[in-house]
Amino acid sequence: MTILLVLAVTILVFIVIFQISKASEYVSVLKGEEKSRKQTNKINAFLMLAFMIVGFIGVWYCNKILYHKTLLWQPAASDHGEKIDTLLWITLWITFAVFILTQFLLFWFSYKYQEKEGKKVFYFAHSNKLEIIWTSVPAVVLAVLIVFGLKYWFEFTGDAPKNALEVEVTGKQFGWIYRYKGADGVFGKKYFKVIDDATNPLGLIWKDNAALGLKDDAKSHDDIVVAQTMYIVKDRPVKLIIGSRDVVHDVGLPHFRLKMDAVPGTPTTMWFTPKYTTAEMKKITKNPDFVYEISCDQMCGNGHYSMKGIIEVVTQAEFDAWLADKSPAYQAAVNSSTNESAPVIAATSTNNVNQKTIVQKQ
Amino acid sequence: MSNEAVLHANIGEAHDVHSNHQTHHHETFITKYVFSQDHKMISKQFLITGMVWAIIGGLFSVLFRLQLGFPDTSFPWLEDILGKWWAEGGHITPQGYYALVTIHGTVLVFFVLTAGLSGTFANFLIPLQVGARDMASPFMNMLSYWFFFIAGIIMLASIFVETGPFSGGWTAYPPLSALGDASPGSKTGMDLWLISLALFVVSSLLGGLNYIATILNMRTKGMSMTRMPLTVWAMLFTAILGVLSFPVLFSGFILLIFDRNFGTSFYLSDIFIASTNTALPNEGGSAILYQHLFWFLGHPEVYIIMLPAMGMVSEIISVNTRKPIFGYIAMVGSLFAIATLSFLVWAHHMFVTGMNPFLGSIFALLTLLIAIPSSIKVFNWLTTLWRGSIRFSPGMLFALGFVSMFISGGLTGIWMGNATIDIHIHDTYFIIAHFHLVMGVASIFGMFAGVYHWFPKMYGRYMNTTAAYIHFWITLIGAYLIFWPMHYTGLAGMPRRYYDYSIWESFKQFAELNKFISVVVIITFLTQFLFIINFFHSIWRGRKVTSTNPWKSNTLEWTTPINPGHGNWPGEIPEVYRGPYDYGKDGIDFIPQTTPIGAEESGYH
Repeated sequence: MTILLVLAVTILVFIVIFQISKASEYVSVLKGEEKSRKQTNKINAFLMLAFMIVGFIGVWYCNKILYHKTLLWQPAASDHGEKIDTLLWITLWITFAVFILTQFLLFWFSYKYQEKEGKKVFYFAHSNKLEIIWTSVPAVVLAVLIVFGLKYWFEFTGDAPKNALEVEVTGKQFGWIYRYKGADGVFGKKYFKVIDDATNPLGLIWKDNAALGLKDDAKSHDDIVVAQTMYIVKDRPVKLIIGSRDVVHDVGLPHFRLKMDAVPGTPTTMWFTPKYTTAEMKKITKNPDFVYEISCDQMCGNGHYSMKGIIEVVTQAEFDAWLADKSPAYQAAVNSSTNESAPVIAATSTNNVNQKTIVQKQ
Repeated sequence: MSNEAVLHANIGEAHDVHSNHQTHHHETFITKYVFSQDHKMISKQFLITGMVWAIIGGLFSVLFRLQLGFPDTSFPWLEDILGKWWAEGGHITPQGYYALVTIHGTVLVFFVLTAGLSGTFANFLIPLQVGARDMASPFMNMLSYWFFFIAGIIMLASIFVETGPFSGGWTAYPPLSALGDASPGSKTGMDLWLISLALFVVSSLLGGLNYIATILNMRTKGMSMTRMPLTVWAMLFTAILGVLSFPVLFSGFILLIFDRNFGTSFYLSDIFIASTNTALPNEGGSAILYQHLFWFLGHPEVYIIMLPAMGMVSEIISVNTRKPIFGYIAMVGSLFAIATLSFLVWAHHMFVTGMNPFLGSIFALLTLLIAIPSSIKVFNWLTTLWRGSIRFSPGMLFALGFVSMFISGGLTGIWMGNATIDIHIHDTYFIIAHFHLVMGVASIFGMFAGVYHWFPKMYGRYMNTTAAYIHFWITLIGAYLIFWPMHYTGLAGMPRRYYDYSIWESFKQFAELNKFISVVVIITFLTQFLFIINFFHSIWRGRKVTSTNPWKSNTLEWTTPINPGHGNWPGEIPEVYRGPYDYGKDGIDFIPQTTPIGAEESGYH
């Protein structure tokens, strides 16, 4: 019923506007087209000016109500993020100044140079001097921005420090799997054709497989595999080795200001140094529920929006205690094959696409 | 009293003479309106088909905005209209949502802003403005439209298949787009999507080659390249971009079709599908290869959309300020620079794919270079306004709106183009705000400007100006209200293409804002019907044009009869003696291109 009402009102509004438009056309014909055109010209010129003033106020107001909901006021949670923020703010101020200047000129000129009786235009077809000014000034400004940008870019994409904690991150529809090196300090080999979603979600090579030509890799026996929540250490560089098991995903880390695609068949890397533990961030953001979230930032299917991971940034001591508590995936798989009751990685399967709320396991 | 009677009370019947007498062949309804080879009719076909697609694409955005704005509200009528697959229980389903988003993007980028914009105005303006009787090949031109039409029919059909239309985003990245088991939309829907766009590429090439041939070979006597209006220059660069880049997209599609159907591994490697619990045999392919092929078209495509609007806006601003466009040669030069650079920046869409950082740095550098020709254009437009005598015709208002949008959206390009900042805001709402303002809304404004400005030439009647003004102001305000706040959600890191944000601690604070944006979207969308009604009403009932040159314009299209027949000029094609922008020269309001240079005339550049 309401829908019919809304529809009726909408149509009515249309008819009214349409009739007004038609009537005003009649009036203009009767009054003299030239005269009424000049009148509406004045109205539109005034509206240009009004739009500019109201628009600038709107820009200010929008900033006022939305600024505190963004990350702009929060410190970046990683060293790289801080540099990105620096460059972002420089760019923001430069582009904002240009925005104000050019929009002002556009609407002010529109108003000021509206058609007026007896006013002659100034014939001005070209000026090399002006063209050179607005070619070279932007060129210099952009050169500064790009020099800064590329300096940081090479820093971020360069090699991670030697002492970095290495974590392998694998995306899948629709969740994240993390792998830590075991006691031997190396990642064991894996092969996607031996993936078994229940026991071996990454396809670690645990035994010989003549059909696939695989040899058991003992180094994989102590690798630790976890889902949903990744633990990393404050002030210790972390290097993520990122891959995907199915389609392209993206490890999006808004609080660290970073992201990197997860591409099947082509591993990518990303490194940074976290600056605040999760507990510290709760205080900084004044949000007791604060949590570092990994958002999938590359369209990956109908459950894309629910592909969430969690990062816990902790102290080295807390991290060591957490890791010591974990048993290698190999052991768990062997145990479960003898004892059917223990599912290995409880939270890996979040394939329930239509589910609106995902229960967080923290 | 009828509309006609009031509007045309003072006009003698003399103006009703339709100048069809120069058409030599007998025309039936079919040859005149359906399989027409007249560039003017084909342009109208492109325009009206483009409008139909714009309504569909716009409606889809309203539907997915309903989900984003009101995720907890049930709209039972949605299920009544759309069915369970799309809107079970009155909520848009995730599969429905992603299908809507994908088709919205595909349709608006390709069908509306490529075919609808350059198909319409390249067809309409090139022969009229360079002084040609028709396109180089009218038959190819007709085929161009009908390939586009069939592409549209197939796309439309894909919306009705059982597994739904393609739903992996308009960029269609594999493996998602290659594997039906990864997403139901990648089944039959994707096959139809690929066929449709392959046909669209054919249409675009047929059109583009024609535009280039016509501009280079069929200019009238005296119409040297530097005397062409900027619209024609813009259409020329647009067509060249299309001809060089669409085949690359086509090759990307062919490889994708092979991967989908014939077991090849161009894009596929190391894939385990959880839904079927199987590892695929494919190894050694690169998913990133597709992205390179796609964006090699995809980036020039942005300029295929932008350049025609830039050209038309330059023309309309000059006519309505009664001043020459400032820096004609610089305008042509910057079009050329933009067109060239657009081929060298495609990988800036891929900064976070893990590509070689050195390569990334080159692409960042080249991307920021585009800001230079862009700023030349903006400052030249502004200088054109300076000390002019501005007539705010509806076309002019939309042209000014275009400049405003181009500035707002263009400046954030400096953010995204700098690889370092892109790491943070890539694939967030920031990019949504950026490209909708600079490419979506700006180009649509260019299209509106073109329609309002050239409608009298198309149909021999005016559109209603009051309705046009209402349309302009609501659309301008609406577009800013919709997209400006999205910069902020982007700076909160909010990812694009999410069906629901309520489970995210980092992004759920924008529920109120999303509601507000959705309401504005609905109002702005409805306002577009004011344009549609005005357009169709004016075709038959609009105020009649009584002079061949209602805007007092210099270019050749206004030397044709009010309703030109096939062949455009009844007699000889006029000769051209000067550039198109002699407004206000030596105190004379306007000097058409057909006026010989006078003995007393001041220095001609």
